Amino acid sequence: MHGNSVRTQKTAGKMVANEPLWFRVLLISLCYLIALVLIIVPLIYVFVQAFSEGFSGWWNNLFNDAETRHSVFLTLIVVPLAVLVNTVCGVAAAWTLTKFKFPGRTLLMTALDLPFAVSPVVAGLMFVLLYNLRTGYFAPLLNSMGFKIIFAWPGLVMATMFVTIPFVARELIPLMQALGDDEELAAVSLGASPWQIFWRVTLPNIKWGLLFGVIQCNARAIGEFGAVYVVSGRIERETYTMALRVEKLFQDYNNPGSYAVASVLTLMALSTLVLKIILERMVAASMEQSSSE
Amino acid sequence: MSAAKPSPGRSLGGTLRQLVSGKHRSPLPGFGPGLVVTISWLTVMLFVPLIALIAKSTSLTPAEFLAAAWSERARAAYTLTFGAAAIAAVVDVILGLLFAWVIVRYRFPGRQMLDAIVDLPFALPTAVAGLVYSSLYVKNGWFGQFLVPLGIEGAYSRFAIVLVLIFLGLPFVVRTVQPLLSSLEGDIEEAAASLGASRWQTFTRVILPSVMPALYTGFALAFARGLGEYGSIIFVSTNIPYKSEIAPMLIYDRLESYHYEEATAIAVVLLAGSITTLMFINWLEARNRRYAR
Repeated sequence: MHGNSVRTQKTAGKMVANEPLWFRVLLISLCYLIALVLIIVPLIYVFVQAFSEGFSGWWNNLFNDAETRHSVFLTLIVVPLAVLVNTVCGVAAAWTLTKFKFPGRTLLMTALDLPFAVSPVVAGLMFVLLYNLRTGYFAPLLNSMGFKIIFAWPGLVMATMFVTIPFVARELIPLMQALGDDEELAAVSLGASPWQIFWRVTLPNIKWGLLFGVIQCNARAIGEFGAVYVVSGRIERETYTMALRVEKLFQDYNNPGSYAVASVLTLMALSTLVLKIILERMVAASMEQSSSE
Repeated sequence: MSAAKPSPGRSLGGTLRQLVSGKHRSPLPGFGPGLVVTISWLTVMLFVPLIALIAKSTSLTPAEFLAAAWSERARAAYTLTFGAAAIAAVVDVILGLLFAWVIVRYRFPGRQMLDAIVDLPFALPTAVAGLVYSSLYVKNGWFGQFLVPLGIEGAYSRFAIVLVLIFLGLPFVVRTVQPLLSSLEGDIEEAAASLGASRWQTFTRVILPSVMPALYTGFALAFARGLGEYGSIIFVSTNIPYKSEIAPMLIYDRLESYHYEEATAIAVVLLAGSITTLMFINWLEARNRRYAR
């Protein structure tokens, strides 16, 4: 569901395409045309613009601009933190929700999907309502501790976490349901400790699915804009992530700079796609293996 | 979610489970810690922020709430947001069905590339999408130089908003329709053909009804995505109140001028819209599961 679940591809050529040839060619060309206009040309355009001043211009725009450099640095802090927390908690949630039945289980399952329904701007607004230092619900506490969340990096991490809550858990839950818990039960009966069960039995079974979820979570975290935009307050060299930096440079009419940052983000997105293809095959293979056993 | 549950009493694990446990309790470890982690994670990241939003909106009297959430400017923003998201989702349903159809049923050079590239809108940061779409369709842009003389303004217009939402929503439809289409058995179509149905009749009377649920789900997902979108739209829209201002943008505008209550009231309306959509998806999925049996 939600396009991020594992797809087991049917590659068997049993499907007989019995539409007339001209019709098939027409549909295929139409697909190519749409893909070109909507996806491929925009992709090429990013790199054409980014390298319009040559490689050295691109390099300059990326690394000789102190603010851009800082945005790269900030993204490298915010994204891994958010992904790490959501991965650990996502695995815990998937374990709890698939291995046990308890009242409220369905409710928690639905809650995991909720961030998909919340506009990122609304997500950012929620954190502002809670943590802004003037009228926020936690303002007295934060002021007494001298700790800033909104307009500072902790807010960026929280906003990023919110929008990426579902990714790891949503990927693991169907996979773990399909795998069942026979192997874990066998391990328990043989006297394995909880850690041994997780590291030696469960993790090897879910590792590709987990990695798949982490990669998607990572891609979404890098690209997050709305929620981060709201909580960042956009302070130079403090709260600009790369995605925000793209917008700032664009507003400043610095197109080459904007496209240079965008090209790095695009390369990350493309590597996500490549990794995804590899992992989908791994997951499909491991599921086949477990079902044939 | 095809849960291949171990049939109790047949497999080793099933027997063990019956031996070691009661009916619902599993002998597996980690229920307590797992539940604590899951609930604390969702409480801090999701429940408390949602409660803050609702608490803030209830601090307004009904009249104040209405004045904020249903002002002329807000209504114009909802109309544009819901309208653009709906149009884009309808277009996505058509394009998505075409893509899924071609990718699943035909074999042609570049098929796997096409299949992979459909995921790009998931992985690409929305700011990059907005940046590129804003410059491709202006008067001297790659597409704009042909389209603008024809009167088609693909940038800084309402059409631009729909265009970028079509891009973002496309994979949702393709990825929900694709698995269903590839699981369709060829013999139903052969039966239809042998009874004298034309290809078109087979498509509209046999194939379309069976992929219809997936089309609804895809529509709802693309629509929900479109309602909340912010990052790309601020690039491609002129963002003028009453004319080209979407609801998330209005929320941000209210927030930036410290009108938190007003921002919250509008956010609640937007949230209600997307949660209704999400509930609709869940209801559809539940219904599909019932019919699948």
